[in-house]
Amino acid sequence: MDMKARTLFRHFKESIKNLGRNGWMTVASISAVAVALMIVGLFLTVMLNLNQIANHIENDVEVRVYIDRTANSQEQDALKKQIQQIKDVKSIKYISRAEGLKELMKDFGKDADVIKPYQGDQNPLNDAFEIKTQKPKQTEAVANKVSKLDNVSDVSYGKGYVKKLFKVVDIARNVGIVLILGLLFTAIFLIANTIKLTIVARSTEIEIMKLVGATNSFVRWPYFLEGLFLGVIGALIPVILLLTAYHELYNYFIRNSYQTYLFIRLIPFSKMSLYLSALLIIIGAVIGVWGSLTSIRKYLRV
Amino acid sequence: MIEMQDVWKSYANGVMAVNGISVKIEKGEFVYVVGQSGSGKSTFIKLMYREERPTRGKILVDGTNIADLKNKEIPFLRRKMGVVFQDFKLLPKLTVYENVAFALEVIEESPRQIRKKVMQVLDLVKLKHRARFLPSELSGGEQQRVSIARSIVNNPSVVVADEPTGNLDPENAWGIMEVFERINDNGTTVVMATHNKDIVDRMKRRVIAIESGMIVRDDKRGDFGYEG
Ligand SMILES: Nc1ncnc2c1ncn2[C@@H]1O[C@H](COP(=O)(O)OP(=O)(O)O)[C@@H](O)[C@H]1O
Ligand SMILES: [Mg+2]
Repeated sequence: MDMKARTLFRHFKESIKNLGRNGWMTVASISAVAVALMIVGLFLTVMLNLNQIANHIENDVEVRVYIDRTANSQEQDALKKQIQQIKDVKSIKYISRAEGLKELMKDFGKDADVIKPYQGDQNPLNDAFEIKTQKPKQTEAVANKVSKLDNVSDVSYGKGYVKKLFKVVDIARNVGIVLILGLLFTAIFLIANTIKLTIVARSTEIEIMKLVGATNSFVRWPYFLEGLFLGVIGALIPVILLLTAYHELYNYFIRNSYQTYLFIRLIPFSKMSLYLSALLIIIGAVIGVWGSLTSIRKYLRV
Repeated sequence: MIEMQDVWKSYANGVMAVNGISVKIEKGEFVYVVGQSGSGKSTFIKLMYREERPTRGKILVDGTNIADLKNKEIPFLRRKMGVVFQDFKLLPKLTVYENVAFALEVIEESPRQIRKKVMQVLDLVKLKHRARFLPSELSGGEQQRVSIARSIVNNPSVVVADEPTGNLDPENAWGIMEVFERINDNGTTVVMATHNKDIVDRMKRRVIAIESGMIVRDDKRGDFGYEG
């Protein structure tokens, strides 16, 4: 649609004026969108990360053994031999702390910068062995045996997480979808009502506009923008809150949990901020515009 | 100019408001539409600017049958027509100037043209000195002149008015008539539904009388024909 800048500016001004005029309804609509999208966002964050974690634990046959930092290379070799003798151990692979860090950096992708300071002497990781067992069931027994050996600092293994995770993901998805649909519906309803209020308050104006030959799209524009603003502002609030929280959480894991192999693999902040803001803002815009267009439709009958 | 060919209008509730009207109004004419309350005058007027769509029949405006107009095309019909009501329909928070300019803004006229045209019509309705007043600061007659100014600011070829003097005292009513005369002198067609016997009788213009949605009289230089 071609439209003069002056006209667009006029529509913009009108929509802002409308929002100001219905102060508390505006606040209510924005809050409704914010609450609904906050929950969508939380849900999304949890689900995506659960999926990420589940996918990263490639299979349940892996046990990681972190070697005491004090162990010298002979002691490491001895440990390796001891492990190889345990029943059910299929393979064993040495991963030096430098390699571990490199691997970690690969996982972080764009956010690898946060790890850079830990290179070289600052490397907080331990050297480790990656053990594969014949069957997933055997990991627990192997891990228990390994943890009793000398020079072992820590042992981590799948504990059947994957199955449990997928179950959790399933339940959460069903509950979440119902909850989210309800909340989104409420948000649309509130937006529609806010805009209906402005429309009723300005019915004479709309009548005159139609009478002197304004097109339907001209009449519709300010209300369209009004809905868009309600939706997008409503989305920005949870985007900011969630990303701030995620940033903290993410950094917390980087700082404190570098050894807990399972949980360090949160989705990198840069990726997550893109997903979250894009998705929430798009949903916000859609429900805002939807709410506004449903409420103006019947007033535009000629 | 405006031609109705066997036009019928029944409302959704079953009321038959216009029943087989055929009439032709030439460019530049001044036409009074008279009749008892409920006879169908307003419906007749509303059909002309497509506020209502006829149930049956053709309504030609400049050769186009507006009965067939798509919703999208209606705004462009409205831009060729001015409409004036009994209740002025001014926006209370806008000044006189802004009320008139509003009609041009919403059809995306340029600011320069808006300034020029608004000042011209305010001059025509003799309200230049009230440009910055709010409607509430004006007399009823002045308010109606603002509404007329708004209806003609886009140079329509026709102005239709539904009892424009209905809310005014005789003195103010005559002021309004003067304005319509001036507009008509400039070549604009005027169609006016009215209850004002005094005015109709003195002006000696064409009079179309409607009863039960039918034209019962159409005189070139007519009288009101009913008792006040
Ligand atoms: N929107 C409407 N819906 C239903 N009936 C209407 C409507 N407008 C007018 N009428 C009816 O149509 C008839 C003609 O009304 P109207 O055209 O307003 O006459 P007038 O202007 O001469 O008083 C009346 O009986 C009136 O009640
Ligand atoms: Mg009437």
